[in-house]
Amino acid sequence: MNDYQYDNQTVKGFIVSSIFWGVVGIVIGLWISVQMWMPSLNIPPYFTFGRLRVVHTNGLAFGLGIGAIFGITYYILMRLCKRPLLFPKLARFHLYLFNAAIALAALSLFLGMNQSLEYAELEWPLDIGVVILWVIFAVNVFGTIIKRREEQMYISLWYIIATVVAVAVLYIVNNLSIPASLTKSYHLFAGVNSANVEWWYGHNIVGFIFTTPILAMFYYFLPKSTGLPIFSHRLSIIAFWSLVFAYLWTGAHHLVYTPLPDWIQTLGIAFTIFLIAPSWGSVVNGYYTVGSDWSKMQSNYLTKFFILGITFYGLQTVQGPTQGLRVVSQLIHYTDWVPGHVHMGTMGWVTMTACAAMYYIIPKIYNTRIYSVRVANVHFWLVLVGQLIFSFTMWVTGIMQGALWKATNAEGNLQYTFMDVLAKNYPYWQMRTVGGLIFTVGMLFFIYNIFMTMRQGYIAQSDIKPVVAGMKA
Amino acid sequence: MAGDLYKKPILFAIVAAGVILVGTAVTMFIPMLTEEMHPKLANLKPYTALQLAGKDIYQREGCNNCHTQTVRPLKTEVMRYGEYSKAGEFAYDRPFLWGSKRTGPDLARIGGKYPDKWHEVHFDNPQAIFAQSNMPAYGWLRDSKLDPNESASRMKANDFPYTADELARLKDKTELDALIAYMQVIGIAVKKTPEPASSGITDIPNPLAAKPEAIKQGLLLYKEICAACHGDNGEGGIGPSLSDRKFLGRTADGSDGEYFTVIQNGTQAGMPPYASNLDKNKMWSLVSYIRSIQGNK
Repeated sequence: MNDYQYDNQTVKGFIVSSIFWGVVGIVIGLWISVQMWMPSLNIPPYFTFGRLRVVHTNGLAFGLGIGAIFGITYYILMRLCKRPLLFPKLARFHLYLFNAAIALAALSLFLGMNQSLEYAELEWPLDIGVVILWVIFAVNVFGTIIKRREEQMYISLWYIIATVVAVAVLYIVNNLSIPASLTKSYHLFAGVNSANVEWWYGHNIVGFIFTTPILAMFYYFLPKSTGLPIFSHRLSIIAFWSLVFAYLWTGAHHLVYTPLPDWIQTLGIAFTIFLIAPSWGSVVNGYYTVGSDWSKMQSNYLTKFFILGITFYGLQTVQGPTQGLRVVSQLIHYTDWVPGHVHMGTMGWVTMTACAAMYYIIPKIYNTRIYSVRVANVHFWLVLVGQLIFSFTMWVTGIMQGALWKATNAEGNLQYTFMDVLAKNYPYWQMRTVGGLIFTVGMLFFIYNIFMTMRQGYIAQSDIKPVVAGMKA
Repeated sequence: MAGDLYKKPILFAIVAAGVILVGTAVTMFIPMLTEEMHPKLANLKPYTALQLAGKDIYQREGCNNCHTQTVRPLKTEVMRYGEYSKAGEFAYDRPFLWGSKRTGPDLARIGGKYPDKWHEVHFDNPQAIFAQSNMPAYGWLRDSKLDPNESASRMKANDFPYTADELARLKDKTELDALIAYMQVIGIAVKKTPEPASSGITDIPNPLAAKPEAIKQGLLLYKEICAACHGDNGEGGIGPSLSDRKFLGRTADGSDGEYFTVIQNGTQAGMPPYASNLDKNKMWSLVSYIRSIQGNK
């Protein structure tokens, strides 16, 4: 059909790797959720909450998240540029280096090598590895786009370019540090300034890992799997530019009521509210795209993944700005509300969308159909219910914590000690574990479905085409 | 013209980078060049080698995943934790350790709140002091000694002053010693808020003296709050004995009002104040209970 072949092996390698790291991250997530209400599950020195929590966040953000982003971006890139990757061997090396880096990263975090910067915990030698990984990615992304055989760059490519540029700036600046040894360094920035740099990074790394590349997937796979064109190109343009402009102003909403200068906090809060508009630009675009034929929700099993995904993105991008407001922040900041917020985004939007993209890609690569739509539907409902239980439980307990910490009695003294409030959290923390468990079972259905599809495709290929020249189509 | 942008990837990347960097410049890069972002309190001291080792262990163990180190300027938060955090307190923190989640309490004013011995008991077994705590035990830190060579390179990286003698002494210190030394220095550059005037109260008699229901309530409060340090029956432990009819090193006992004042305001020796947590009736009932156990002797 084409005069060229896609490097599907690298794409597949990244998808399988990201699923593997996803399992590690989710299992550790379950473990630490139990540690919250059963401290005896802390096994020092390597498996205490303080060390495991960063393996959980890094494993899922960088192992599952970035792994899926690398693989799925390569897939999208080749199709939208109508050509193979410019440097396929480099991409393969990228895959091996990625897995080596994530394995070393996990090991170093178990060992307690930790910069104590949220989502930038890895020590400096690993940071250099991450930068090399990113440069390799950037070279292939830009090289392939420059040498593309399709004049116009589709929306997904804009988001991919923005991701490559922004993550590079964010990661390098925030990880600047003064090494004391191979395994220990100190932030180049101190005190208030360190806080400002870290949350400029922390907020935007979420934006440019959990938002822009996932939107790239959304804009590509939604029309592909439904056959419906994106509702408005103009809306896509407006949403894209206003999103990438406004995002970088908002980090300080993580530092409301801290000693950070007030004007930076206020500016951050204002731009956070503004961000609702571009975020909802994509939400509206998604809804109206499927709106031209809602029967796709029934006839095409992937549509509901994308629609629920973008729904949680929409809810996330209203809840987030709301939390930034001083009046809300004073109540819910530092409580379990915040993990509830994060997990709606990661379990509801990111995982939902990335899994749907993988459901689309794997049968295409293997030239087969999905193993079981029924299993995919079970997966869908389990992760949806699991995530909702998780998030709602955390929101309720977060509001309770915030309210009880503030409560005063008739004489104006604090009504509750810290321990009084903590003890009231246990049932909610247990409920969160139940939600996480349901989500995990859902993900096991997903993994089963993906691997059975691969197996089915592999068997079909070896039956029909015993001799395949060159790369497998 | 504008349509060309979507056909030229390099131009697109440059424009996108420009758009992205505006917010970065205004909220992060430009403030960094101003004095406003580099405040330092006059009496803030660099960490000693032992304290820095403790801070490094705090980071290694990921304590900041559950404990914040910033008190917000909100009334009830100041009541619970102490004076709100000032920008100038953190000049030697690379990075800042404000945290983002309070699974455990804020630690911005933990320095000097409890005696070292309290921390040792608490790190050994947090549930021994707070029965319902979910904090993991850290007594195992006692098994590792500090390494003076490592400390030297870490002090150098921070540009903190140190002496060879100071480093040599680290050989005999454990990681737990270091962590406790760090606990005791957190937030002490800011003076404690003077407690509300209470000097007159030492003469006031206990309105609940010898009332059985007050003694009963006092007993419950004592078990919950005081027993971990003063012993199950007031015999003493981390804190002094309460049943021996001696008061704060004096041979003579204190008045009811003096006991009340100590419960209310704490002491320099490491008893935390309870004025924010307990109303007057509860504090007086504790005094009643203490008197009742003294009577048993």
